[in-house]
Amino acid sequence: MTAAEGALRDMLRNHSIVVCTGSGGVGKTTTAAVLALEAARMGLRSVVVTIDPAKRLADALGLEGLTDAPSEIEGEWPGELWALMLDTKSTFDALVTGNAADPAQAARILDNRFYRNISGALSGTQEYMAMEKLYELHETLDFDVVIVDTPPTRNALDFLEAPRRLTRFLDHRLYRLLLSPTRGLGKAVNVATQAFLRTVAKVVGAEVVEDALTFFQAFDGMEQGFKERASRVLELLSADETAFVLVTAPRRDVVAEARYFAEKLADADIPVRALIVNRVHPDFGGADAGALRERARTLAGTDLGNLYANLADFRTVGAMEDEHLAGLAASVAPAPVVRVPYLASDVHDLDGLDEIALHLFR
Amino acid sequence: MDPAQFFAASRVVIVAGKGGVGKTTVSATLARAAAQVGLTTLVVDVEGKSGLASMFGQPAFTYDEAVLSPGGGPGGSADVRARTLTPDLALLEYLEDHGLSKVSRRLVGSGAIDMVATAAPGIKDILILGKVKQLETTAAADLLVLDAPAAGHAISFLRSPRGLLDAVRVGPINAQARDVLDLLTDPQRCQVILVTLPEETPVNELVETAYSLEDEVGVSLGPVVVNGLYAELDGLDTDPVAAAAAAGASLRPGEADHLAAAATFRRSRMALQAEQLDRLATELPLSQIHLPHLFTTDLGPADVDLLAAAALAGIRALSADGTGP
Repeated sequence: MTAAEGALRDMLRNHSIVVCTGSGGVGKTTTAAVLALEAARMGLRSVVVTIDPAKRLADALGLEGLTDAPSEIEGEWPGELWALMLDTKSTFDALVTGNAADPAQAARILDNRFYRNISGALSGTQEYMAMEKLYELHETLDFDVVIVDTPPTRNALDFLEAPRRLTRFLDHRLYRLLLSPTRGLGKAVNVATQAFLRTVAKVVGAEVVEDALTFFQAFDGMEQGFKERASRVLELLSADETAFVLVTAPRRDVVAEARYFAEKLADADIPVRALIVNRVHPDFGGADAGALRERARTLAGTDLGNLYANLADFRTVGAMEDEHLAGLAASVAPAPVVRVPYLASDVHDLDGLDEIALHLFR
Repeated sequence: MDPAQFFAASRVVIVAGKGGVGKTTVSATLARAAAQVGLTTLVVDVEGKSGLASMFGQPAFTYDEAVLSPGGGPGGSADVRARTLTPDLALLEYLEDHGLSKVSRRLVGSGAIDMVATAAPGIKDILILGKVKQLETTAAADLLVLDAPAAGHAISFLRSPRGLLDAVRVGPINAQARDVLDLLTDPQRCQVILVTLPEETPVNELVETAYSLEDEVGVSLGPVVVNGLYAELDGLDTDPVAAAAAAGASLRPGEADHLAAAATFRRSRMALQAEQLDRLATELPLSQIHLPHLFTTDLGPADVDLLAAAALAGIRALSADGTGP
């Protein structure tokens, strides 16, 4: 076993939360599932929170639809493997219900159209609810390790900033303005507010403004609870028991995004505990690409020439990938770098996850 | 089908697909191909990705239009230009064009745009699509290629006008949503080109996306672009030792194994690709344009030209009504 491969097992053993982050399309969901499976194999009680997994992977994990509670996946392992597919809206609903003063306040909020829009569409809501869910799983259920897949975002810190963004939104100056009329403040504020609302209504229509007003009135008094919860979630994410895994692929554009993610995490004092590179072209060995290409040219038109050309193709792309990854590895040092080769077949079931595990934990 | 006729079918082409399948590559490819047959092309980016500019060997571009590859030259090709659209700037521009610059400063300056966008989700999308519609009506280029957000988002992105028509029943946003919907549902003005890789998961997602876009948005779908196909290469099933004997060449120690391993890998990927192409054809009655897998991690102008040539060949192979081959 190499140091890097042992390091991934240590990471699972020593952290109670593992966050997989990276750009879209690099295999974060699959990686999260493989890590959770391995944790179960190590005898741990693990749960993976996925966001929008591909259908066959969801089927393989026994996820039949969005659920708010984890379900156990049966298998031959000493630990336990649980999985759940994040349902942003019901997670948000539970958060509202848990923070409301009474069921009537909760009902007023849950029925409001503006709330329904926020819970489904406010940018960052999905990120925040993923974090909220992992906090809840960590706090209330007795899992050894919670592994979470993050939504594809352009900015690694979106999900870290999401709790703050939501509370900032709820704390917005405008929100204060909107609430002031009901608090019976002076008419001057009222007039200014009304003028502003009229201009907004001009753009989006009066109904929308009416819904928003009703929402903020219903929400009054709950913002403190929300803020406290958000700061506890943030605290957990920046604690030592949380490990961040950066997932990437060896293409130039994706590596550039990964470097950007790594920098942002470093700025926030969050160490990257491992770098996992998916879909690396396999190294078949042999001479360097230039020499092979030359052989292919000399032998053009023969089967051997084509065999050389093919090997040269893989050696060429392999060398480029090595170059990109060397720079990235340096920027996350001392985190171990684990490469998962581009496999000869696609991954969409437990056997496929096992094959990846072979490369991650060989 | 004649490529010039293909690209003239609608002024707007929206390129959509799951993350990682090469949407931006395909946007660059189609733009370059259209420019090569003489159409000035504007690529519209909505995610501020740097990849597009470097594919043309150019520095990153912004909200203002930049030339990625100039027209003229021996091939007589036209310009490929590009710009990034952001909802905030599109909104400012919209409000200023409609004599509401005072409101606009207040909306954007106070951060209220987030609040308004929350009140009626889809507003940011409609601002971008509204700007695309304006570029279309003012004929900013012969062809507008919109590099859409990744798949899940692409559906909500394109569904935004319908959703907004329900949420906002009056006013300029409503009018904008109506205009955008007219554009999206008119096959003479707009078509969506879906991109996939010849792999199981992306093909599944593409099929799902295709049906939801047709049913829920009512857009017209152009041919599907399948990206990353390994090119045919004879002799990959020949044993390297036998191939060497036939060619009268000798192999270095260990080389037979390296050659055989690489050949086996490529053949198994190719078999898988062929299977997925068949499945795609069975599950989705749309014609396909195939682009080759390039053995590089850094696409540059020469690669884009190569892909554009493959796209043009694929378009020529389509039947005249665009449904074949």
